[in-house]
Parts: sequence; C-alpha cells; structure tokens
Amino acid sequence: MATVGRALLIIAFAVALYGLGASLYGAFAGGRAWVDSGRRAVYALAGVLTLAFAVMEAAFLRSDFSFSVVASHSSTTTPTFYKATAAWSSQEGSLLLWVWLLSIWSSLALALTRRRVREVAPVATAVLMTFGAFFLMLTVFWANPFQTLAQPPSEGTGLNPLLRHPAMMFHPPMLYSGYTLFSIPFAFAIGALVTRRLNAEWIVSTRRFALAAWLCLGIGIVLGARWSYTELGWGGYWAWDPVENASLLPWLTGTAFIHSIMIQERRGMLKVWNASLVLATGTLAILGTFLVRSGILDSIHAFGASTLGVPFLILIGAMVLGSVALVVWRRADLRSEHQLDSLLSREAVFLLQNVVLVALAFIVWWGTFFPLISEIFTGTKASVGPPWFDKYIVPLAFVIVALSGIGPLVPWRRLTLASVRRGFVIPLAAALVTWGALLLVPGAWAQPKPAAFAGVVAFVLASVVQELWRGMRARQASARESAPVALAGVMRRNRRRYGGYVIHAGFAVLLLGVAISSSFQHAKDVSLTPGQSTRVDGFDIKYVRATASATAEKISLGAVLDVSKGGKQVATLRTTRGFYPSQDVTQGIVGRFFGGESESQVGLRAGFGRDIWTVINPNLTPLAGIIDQGNRTFARAMTGIVRGGASQQALTELYALRDQAIAAVAHRFVSNPWPADFRFIVSPLATWIWIGAIITFLGGLLALWPAPAAARRRVTAGYAARVARELARTTQ
Amino acid sequence: MNPSRKRRIRLVAALTAALLAASALVYTSFSAGSDEQTASQLLDGAVAGRTYTLAGTVKDHSVTRSGGVVWFSVLDPHKPVAVRVRYTGIVPDPFREGRGVMVQVRRQGDLFVGEKDSMVTKCPSKFQVAPPRSSSSPAASIT
Repeated sequence: MATVGRALLIIAFAVALYGLGASLYGAFAGGRAWVDSGRRAVYALAGVLTLAFAVMEAAFLRSDFSFSVVASHSSTTTPTFYKATAAWSSQEGSLLLWVWLLSIWSSLALALTRRRVREVAPVATAVLMTFGAFFLMLTVFWANPFQTLAQPPSEGTGLNPLLRHPAMMFHPPMLYSGYTLFSIPFAFAIGALVTRRLNAEWIVSTRRFALAAWLCLGIGIVLGARWSYTELGWGGYWAWDPVENASLLPWLTGTAFIHSIMIQERRGMLKVWNASLVLATGTLAILGTFLVRSGILDSIHAFGASTLGVPFLILIGAMVLGSVALVVWRRADLRSEHQLDSLLSREAVFLLQNVVLVALAFIVWWGTFFPLISEIFTGTKASVGPPWFDKYIVPLAFVIVALSGIGPLVPWRRLTLASVRRGFVIPLAAALVTWGALLLVPGAWAQPKPAAFAGVVAFVLASVVQELWRGMRARQASARESAPVALAGVMRRNRRRYGGYVIHAGFAVLLLGVAISSSFQHAKDVSLTPGQSTRVDGFDIKYVRATASATAEKISLGAVLDVSKGGKQVATLRTTRGFYPSQDVTQGIVGRFFGGESESQVGLRAGFGRDIWTVINPNLTPLAGIIDQGNRTFARAMTGIVRGGASQQALTELYALRDQAIAAVAHRFVSNPWPADFRFIVSPLATWIWIGAIITFLGGLLALWPAPAAARRRVTAGYAARVARELARTTQ
Repeated sequence: MNPSRKRRIRLVAALTAALLAASALVYTSFSAGSDEQTASQLLDGAVAGRTYTLAGTVKDHSVTRSGGVVWFSVLDPHKPVAVRVRYTGIVPDPFREGRGVMVQVRRQGDLFVGEKDSMVTKCPSKFQVAPPRSSSSPAASIT
C-alpha cells in the first residue's frame, strides 16, 4: 500500500504541475479549453489526494508499522480515535493534510466561481496549483508520508500523550483549513492584480472563503487554547508562544480584511489597503506553516529543526516580493473612487479598527521574531515574555472591543447629532451603569481596569441588542409578525450583518472572560498528604485520598479532592498524572514503565461564576528504591530464562509477574502515600471565554450561511449594476 | 484648505504617529528583552541579580525533587558544561531529562534560581515507549 500511496503523491505532483501550466497558458494565450482543463486538474488533484490520504489513514487504522510514519506516531494500544487522528501529529502527515485540504477548498472555490471572474480565475488557479505543487514537492522529495521500514517493528511508539485530547486532534485540521482557505482570496487577489480586474468582483467571489478561513482559524486557535487549559498542567490558555502567535497573525490581518472589504464593496475605497491586507494574510498563513517546521524559533511545540526551512523561505520570499511588486505595478488601477467624507463615519471607524488590528499583528510579529531580530542587531538572542506582549496587546484589545460596539452605531459617510442620540444613548448608559456598579464592589478601586473593560463590553452588548431590537421592530411593523418570527426573519435576510453583530457580542464576552479570569485569578502551589487541606480564594480544598491505576497504556497516579466553602461541599475534583512507558532499556525492566512521557489530567469544576482547577504532580523519588529492586530482580530472572532457552511460556509468565509488580509499585502511592505537589487555581468567569468563543463562531456560521434566494437576487442585481458602472468608468 | 494638501498633512501626521509608536515598540523590546544564554555563557559572564533566559538540555540523572522544589542541570548545546538550577513550582508536563528547556534564571553564586512559571519545555515531535508489557497486557486497575 505504501507504493500505491507514493505513486499517488507523484501523480498528484504531476497533476498540480499540469494544472499550473494549463492555467497559465490558457490565461495568457487565450485558450478557454486550457483554462477549463486547468480547473479540472484541480478537481483531479483533490480526487488523487483524497485517495492518498485514505491510504495513509488506512495504514494508521490497521497499525501497519511497515509505514515509518505509523511506527513512530501510533501503536496498537493507541485508542482508535487517536489512531485515526495521529496522521497529522507527524511532519509528513501534516504536510499531506495541508495539501489535501488546499485541493478540496480550491476545487470548491473554482467550482463556485466557474461562471464568474473568468479572467481572474485562471491566474488564481495557477497560484493555487503553485502552492499545491510546492507542498507536494515537499512530500515527494523531503518528507514522504509513505516511507517504509525495511524491518517493521512489532509495535509502534505511540501518539505523544500530550496530544491525546479531542481538542488537539481537531486543532490542526481547523488551523490548516484556515490557512488553506486564506490562500483562496490571496490567489484571486493575485489574479485580479495581474489581469487588472480590480473592481469588487474578486472580493465578492471570495469573501465567503475569507470568512470561512477566519472562522476555521479562530476555531483552531480556541481549540488549542482549550487543550492548553485542560491538558498541559499549567493552568493557562495562552502563553504568547511562537507557534500560537503564528496562527494569530493571519487571523488578525484576516479580521482586518473581512471588515475593510465592506468599504471597497460599498464605496470603492481602500483598494490598495485591501489588496495589501489579503496578500499579507496569505503570506502570513504560509509563514505560520513554516514556523512550526523550521526550528528557527524556540517554541513549546515546534516540530523541531528540519530541512524544510529553506524551501519555505524561498516560497515566502517570492510571495512577499511578488506581492509588493504587483501592488506597486498596479497602483494606478488601485486608486480609490471616493475620499473619506468625515472622520466621524463608519468608514473611518473601520479604518481605525483596521489600523489597530494591523498594529496588533505587527506587535505580535515583532515579539515573535524578536530573538532573530536581536541576534541580527546585537549578536545575542533575546526574547520578550508575556508581560511585554500584555503591555501593548491589552490596551489595543480594549480599543478593538470598543470599536466593535461603536462601528454598527455609526452611519456610512457622516455621523450626525441625530444619529448620536439615536444610537449611542442606550449603550453608553449601559456602559456607565455597569462600570459604576462594579466600582461599588469592595476592592474594585484597587483594579479599575477590569471594571472599565466590563463597561465597554456592556456597551458592545447593548449596541448589538439595540440593533437587533430595531431590526425586529421594523420588520414587525412592516410584516406584522410575532417578535421571535420577526427577529429570525430579519437575521435570515441579512445574515452577514447580523452574524457580524453576534460575532462582536461573542468576542466581547470572550475578552471579558480573559480580562476577569486573569486579573482576579488566585493560584497556589502546595504539597499535601491525604487528609491535609489548603485554602484558595476562600475555598477549602482537602486531599481526600490517593488513586493509582496501571493499564497497558499508562500508569496513573492521582488524587481525589474535596472542595468546600463555609463548610458546604462545592465539588469533588479528580486529577491524575499519567506516566507512559519509555523504550530506553537503560531505565530497567520495571523502571522504564515510570520513566517515559507524562501528562496531566486536570481536575476541573467549571462554573458560570468561577472555575476551580487543579493538577497533581506526584514525586516518584520515594519509589526509586523499589523500582531499582524490581529492575535487578527481573533482570536476573530474564537472564535465567535466556540461558534456559527463552521459552515463550516462561517469558509470558515473567511478563505477567512484571505487570503484577508494576501494579504493586504503583499501589504504594495509595497504601503508603507520601506528599504530592498540587497546583490550585480559582479563576472567575473563565468559562465565559469558551462561551464567548461559541457565540462568536455561531455568529460566524450565521454570516457564512448562504442568503435566501430572494435576498441574493437583490444583492446580485445591485452588484451587477455596480460592476457595470465600474466597467463603464474603466473603459472611458 | 486644498483637499490634496489636507490629505498630505493627514498622511504625514499618521506616518509620524506610526513611526513614534514603532520606535517605542523597538525601544521597549530591546530594554525588556531577556538575553538567551547557554550554560557556558552564563558561567562566564552572568551578573548576580540580572535575569537571563537559559536555554539548553536537561542533563541525564540530574533531576531531584524536594517538597515543591525541583533541582536539575542544564547542559550547554555546544560544550560539555552544565549549570545547576533550582526551580520552584509545577514543571511543564513534557519536562524530563534529555529534553530541551528554556527558563528564566538569576545567578546566586554558582547556583541559578529559576523564576516561577518561567519554564518552557520543548514538546517532542516523537517519543519512545516500550513494547507492550505482554501479549495479554493485563489492565490491572487497583484504585
């Protein structure tokens, strides 16, 4: 099967090269048949890569250790769900996933636009096929997922225990979907610049893909944060790690792009800005893919140094130079049709929001690459930590949230006193009441920023509710419908607008959770033995009893903890630390079962008011003596069996005895417990981070969902009229 | 005022503001940045009281725990030199001997004291485990 997979990759590489050549030839020699053939090559690529991906998945599910990638990332004891998803935990598998998703999304985009943007699409196809050919070249020549082993092992090394979490298994496909979907507006922007079709048509044709990219990337980022919170054992969800930042960069510029294209669609402004933003976003998506594979920055979860850095740098360099050259070359065609009428207009708010988002992206980029920058200028690698990021990001995030509430209230072109009275009174009142009420809480004056931020969030929520209310009332008045039907109707007819409002509300709630949980968090590291208690933020936490279990997969040592407040029981927490076996034979026959990777199972009591979070870190030092004794005993027994001819029955009996011994050693943690280290964290409103994320993504889905046919017809008619106007202008 | 002149003034003002903001960013990053050092660099030139980012590999058989304190040695990636680190608090899950780490440290004599929660441990892309314990692989739950 590995041969079939390898052959499919080579065929896919050839198809991508053909699609690239056919599209370019068709675009510049004017052959429609070649253009159609190039587009069909993309469909064929998706088909071939689907088969190749299926071959790899089948190998993982069958635990076929003749595949090198399966032997090093899966095992027979890996649960089936994680076997299926282990494919993208490897460098090779993740590259194949990337190019497979690219082929799927590219096929969808080209199928949906086949009767539109006919001049732009062939060049866009060539750009997409260039990406496809690049990633296939990597999998064919550098990181072959179908590499085989001359002597397959009887067992694989298993999936990294830290990755055995549902969020982490869906995190890469969502991130890669985001990256690959952003390459679609990037490709069409290149096509528009090359062919000088710089009206809003390419934006209208690809904006849904930009929104889908933003949504998928956002879901991927949140899944990564959730994994960090519930799996990594440090209690945080964001560490400003280079790999986290790599996914945030295109998300920030993508957010700016999604907003600023509305100005180009409505008023024909910001064409240079939009082209630059989408080109930067596409490049940053590739940069994100490169960062985790290059090893150029120290990160908690880089794939490590590899030979892929140079080809990626060449691609990124070509993208940057090509993008700049194209924008400069076409600057005359990218002139705005209108000027900003007033600094107090929706266009101005969007522009300011864009500037802040780009500033955020620049800060994140600078902080991420600072080790390289400082090495270039000072000869010494230096890094900036979370406090440096927080210093800049927090105030700008404050501004972004405020603008997300102000934007919908400000009319296009110019803000009047009447529109201020109509739009701002209720949200401002909500903000002031919230802020004032929170300042009355004892101790609030000591930390006024969270109260002020809560006021801004109240402003955003009130502005969204007000807009929904007004839309509903207007529809009720015209259609005489009940309130719920009218609300659903108005949201259904203008999904992009109201989806956007829901996103604003969800994002404000998410950031409120971040602000409050990080400002008022109580954390304590403490060593306890069963029966002992500690107090964290008014909660009494008692270590009730130790737990231990030994399975074929891992040895788990843990604790049951009782949480109470004022004598009333609040929750029972269970946390464990799993120790996975090592293949290092020098650790001994028994010792290696305690000496491999370890991972935490967090004890979490999530609530609307606060989360109570804990992990255990059992100290294995007290077991060292008995483990050494076990190592010596079993080494002697093993030597005896080998000398006696190593019969299978004797070995089986010895393994059974060893398993009993391991279980007995682990049981010591329960029968003779010694102090274990715990971390306890009480975080107010932490759950609202995830609730806010869910609201945001529901809003994203609403905005993404196709509009009803009647509304679409109206929009299409308006759009056709606009294109006709632009064509008339350009042909004059 | 002439509209094009007005636009030019706006552009100059915006660019000046952006330049000032970028200058502040550059200045603070260089002044707040923590130098990334290897074990030998720290032993040669670390000044007491200043914070450094120590990068290297956790030396084999060097990890000991006592209460909430973890002691370990960090090896220089290029030379057979290691520094001893005292670290308080919960260490990241991937932390173990042979693993790449970065930790903020301050010098106290020959010892380096790690700042709480400053440790970053490289997550391995692969890890090695033993073959299954036996063909029957009993799952003995003893809780």
